[in-house]
Amino acid sequence: MPKDFGIGASSKRREDVRFLTGQGHYTDDLQLHGQAHAVFVRSNVAHGRIRSVNTARAATMPGVLAVFTGEDFKDVGGNPAGWLIKSRNGEAMREPKRPVLAHGKVRHVGDAYAAVVAETYQQAKDAAQQIADDSVIEELPAIIDMAAAVADASNRVHDEIPDNLCYDWGWIEDNRARVDEVIKSAPHVTTLELVNNRLVPNAMEPRASIGEYFPGTGDYRLTTTSQNPHLTRLLVAAFVLGIPENKLTVVAPDVGGGFGSKIYHYGEEALVLTAARKLKRPVRWTAERSESFLTDAHGRDHVTRIELACDKQGNFLAFRTETMANVGAYLSNFATVTPTFLHGTLMAGPYKVPNVYVNVKTVFTNTAPVDAYRGAGRPEATFSLERVIDKMCRELNLDPFEVRRRNFITPDMFPYTTPVGLAYDTGNYEATLDKVMEIADVAGFEARRKASAARGKLRGLGLSTWIEACGIAPSHLVGVLGSRVGLYDAATVRVNATGNISVMTGAHSHGQGHETVFAQIVAEKLGIPESSVEIVHGDTSKIPFGMGSYGSRSLAVCGVAMSKAVDKIIAKGKKIAAHMLEASEADITFEAGKFSVAGTDKAKTFGEIAFSAYVPHNYPLETLEPGLEETAFYDPANFTYPAGAYLCEVEVDAETGKVDVVAFHCADDFGNIMNPMVVEGQVHGGVGQGIGQALCENTFYDENGQLLTGSYMDYAMPRAADLPFYNVDYSCQTPCTHNPLGVKGCGEAGAIGSPPAVVNAVIDALHRGGITHVTHIDMPVSPNRVWSAIHG
Amino acid sequence: MHNFDFVKPSSLAEAVKAMQAEGAQALSGGQTLISTMKQRLAAPAVLVSLTGIAEMKGVSVAGRVMTIGAATPHAVVAKEAAKAYPALAALAGGIGDPAVRSRGTIGGSLANNDPAACYPAGVLASAATIVTSRREIAADDFFQGLFTTALEEGEIITAVRFPIPDRAAYAKFLQPASRFSLTSAFVARTGSAVRVAITGASENGVFRWTEGERALSANFSPQAVKGLKANADDMIGDLHGSKAYRAALVGVMTARAVAMAMA
Repeated sequence: MPKDFGIGASSKRREDVRFLTGQGHYTDDLQLHGQAHAVFVRSNVAHGRIRSVNTARAATMPGVLAVFTGEDFKDVGGNPAGWLIKSRNGEAMREPKRPVLAHGKVRHVGDAYAAVVAETYQQAKDAAQQIADDSVIEELPAIIDMAAAVADASNRVHDEIPDNLCYDWGWIEDNRARVDEVIKSAPHVTTLELVNNRLVPNAMEPRASIGEYFPGTGDYRLTTTSQNPHLTRLLVAAFVLGIPENKLTVVAPDVGGGFGSKIYHYGEEALVLTAARKLKRPVRWTAERSESFLTDAHGRDHVTRIELACDKQGNFLAFRTETMANVGAYLSNFATVTPTFLHGTLMAGPYKVPNVYVNVKTVFTNTAPVDAYRGAGRPEATFSLERVIDKMCRELNLDPFEVRRRNFITPDMFPYTTPVGLAYDTGNYEATLDKVMEIADVAGFEARRKASAARGKLRGLGLSTWIEACGIAPSHLVGVLGSRVGLYDAATVRVNATGNISVMTGAHSHGQGHETVFAQIVAEKLGIPESSVEIVHGDTSKIPFGMGSYGSRSLAVCGVAMSKAVDKIIAKGKKIAAHMLEASEADITFEAGKFSVAGTDKAKTFGEIAFSAYVPHNYPLETLEPGLEETAFYDPANFTYPAGAYLCEVEVDAETGKVDVVAFHCADDFGNIMNPMVVEGQVHGGVGQGIGQALCENTFYDENGQLLTGSYMDYAMPRAADLPFYNVDYSCQTPCTHNPLGVKGCGEAGAIGSPPAVVNAVIDALHRGGITHVTHIDMPVSPNRVWSAIHG
Repeated sequence: MHNFDFVKPSSLAEAVKAMQAEGAQALSGGQTLISTMKQRLAAPAVLVSLTGIAEMKGVSVAGRVMTIGAATPHAVVAKEAAKAYPALAALAGGIGDPAVRSRGTIGGSLANNDPAACYPAGVLASAATIVTSRREIAADDFFQGLFTTALEEGEIITAVRFPIPDRAAYAKFLQPASRFSLTSAFVARTGSAVRVAITGASENGVFRWTEGERALSANFSPQAVKGLKANADDMIGDLHGSKAYRAALVGVMTARAVAMAMA
């Protein structure tokens, strides 16, 4: 029986009431007395030397209050990269300073080199145009293609970096010689060259920031679209502007989607704070959609060559990957870790392959910065693996189901350390494969294919068996790997005097449903109604220092911290109950919201204990503090390792090249499930984004560095009509062994596992239709590309 | 967006007069113009709204002729033309999304003559007549290339008159991002005469595919155009479709339109 409430119940998302009735409160909804409007002057060339920025005329235009240029921020700090990566030769990565406003050079279309603050938005916009007209930027040749960027040392994104290379990383370098040798002598080697297409995040809510300064106290407040307000505060205060952290409050109210792009600190945040201080007025900025396209941190953008060595039966012997990862013009905060430790360490997949080596060259180009986007490195790893395996199966005429089954790490092998350094704690990959084959009715595929053929369509079946490392943590491990921050999380559980509860979380919800699911966990553990629990997040003046939401970590890290804080509440409650019931603490049990003396009918309700803690008239004050509020920080022992098997069925219209996803089946192992409905929603969203990457989304810079897909007229987002009804199963559960909730995380899974399933299905459809010369099509597998592949 | 003056006349005569103002620009549904203004790519001094003029609205049928007022939104055409001219109603019902169809009008679409718009194909294939504030223009003379028409300065489209064909259909292939036409075919057959208009494909905007028309006039069936392609040299080549791809789609979508028309 499904539960009605608490852990495992499909409680309806309480936040949806306000989101769906227009009652959400987003950054741009905040209207402040005396507010002024900021507009940025952005480069319309990809690469240029700033000869002059003339603001004199703009400064005298109606309504203009202040003008800023790169010169104003020359002496403040830079926005840092959060992760230090070392090259194969031991050298530290090249780390150019990322300024608030560009000076000296502009490095991508959209790079801001000045800003105007005016009484109205239109006045600021007019003055910004005037500055653009009055400034001289000498256009330089754009550096767009990564191979050319590395080959031509004369043309540099950053003058001090001769080969445009951030680092040349090997993982694991000690594996390299052995992998080379195995590939040289292997009975069969399949090679695949592929592009993992760059994606624009396209959160529904564009980025927005409002800066306030309070002269009476010297305090600042930044209201901003952030996935992690404390990290943003740390970066803008300590690293960029030099404001003491205690003088800055960062508030991320309702945030309309992030997908990674709102993890990072952006220069606009520093600008509105600086302007607010100068003018002693609130200063606001909201991105136009075209600014989002040009300046939000993009995702993916790898060019990869992968080789799979195996025997004639398809037993994997080695994987070797060479990737060029585009980092764009500047290092965004997580840009350096995404193509390395979130990608290279996953290149064993769920397979017992003995030899793996990964080389990643990360390259600066005159394009928007690239950083973590839903899945972040793991979709790139999964796509490379699952595509090359599929290609190998075709070359050797082997069954793709059987080959994966043969190579899976089996349940008796856990804990299992891969050749790329991760220690998988638990899993059952074959179970998810069996499950997906069952729910997808693989046996009935041939009949469906014939029915499609009768309608003139080619039908194909594509498999992807994926794994990821998420619940991004633990600090001791990420520290060894170069992280400059810790990756714990924190929660405070405050029991109010009347027995209801406020939980302050370090995690930030921007669509995930924390307000519902976290409340379910607290309610279950304390035996109280979910409606008595409120989740507070997003305001650094209210919440403990947490690291925010990304990397499918909210539940597996912050949720566990919260659970541990609740445990502390229960422990303290037992002490209070022991006093009130005149029993020994060891004899007190807590169940279903009641503290009881074991073996008696003496009991106190949770509410009575809470009241006593705040009205301590009969209370052991000499040994116990009053009040009932506990904080826990949790730093996990390992990543969590969700895994699953996805099957996609497509129909291809060979005359037009159009691909329809007609069925999509997911069998995931997320460990224990807190709210099945929310899990399904996460998988739906992730698979939708994955299908979008596979079929629709193309971020295209031309040779001059102009983003030709800079609006929805040319950037194709997946729409409801492009997506099938998903068949989602999460019954295969191997609970995480190292967190007490046994949870693994589900936020990114869909986006990780789905793209190769789609592309494999398209190739399968073509082959079954007799079009066997097509072995690969790069994403997005658009009608034009499919048609061209067929007729090429 | 820059500032502008806004007038909303209630008669055609007033609208014609208002259009004489310096920097005046007719505004119908605004589905292209307003976006262009928001991006500051257009800055008309005066917008003359045509949506308050009753005589420019509505769908009427007399015998085998259907007349659509120029300021009639797509959604209204989709509904009211469905019985008399279902192929055109289906075209109107497939433009954009519900919001676009509630605002956008046939007159606005034709005056703009976007090379990927749907209406030009329906109008050209139907051999419709564009009625303006000054004259009547045959469809064959009206469309003159990308965003270019026979309209003169200040001239306002007031209505479009369609002779209703015996059989017709519009087969649209979507550009994946904009959902405009990537390459779409409108086929109309009256007696033994067949007209085929293609939109979205050509660097010269909507055009009649005469090779297809010849083949279909001889044999009105999908097989008649099977394997036929347009001349790739004239086609648009961009991120969404190469010239060769669009040239092939001309034949494919025409065949599909014929199949739909015969159904």
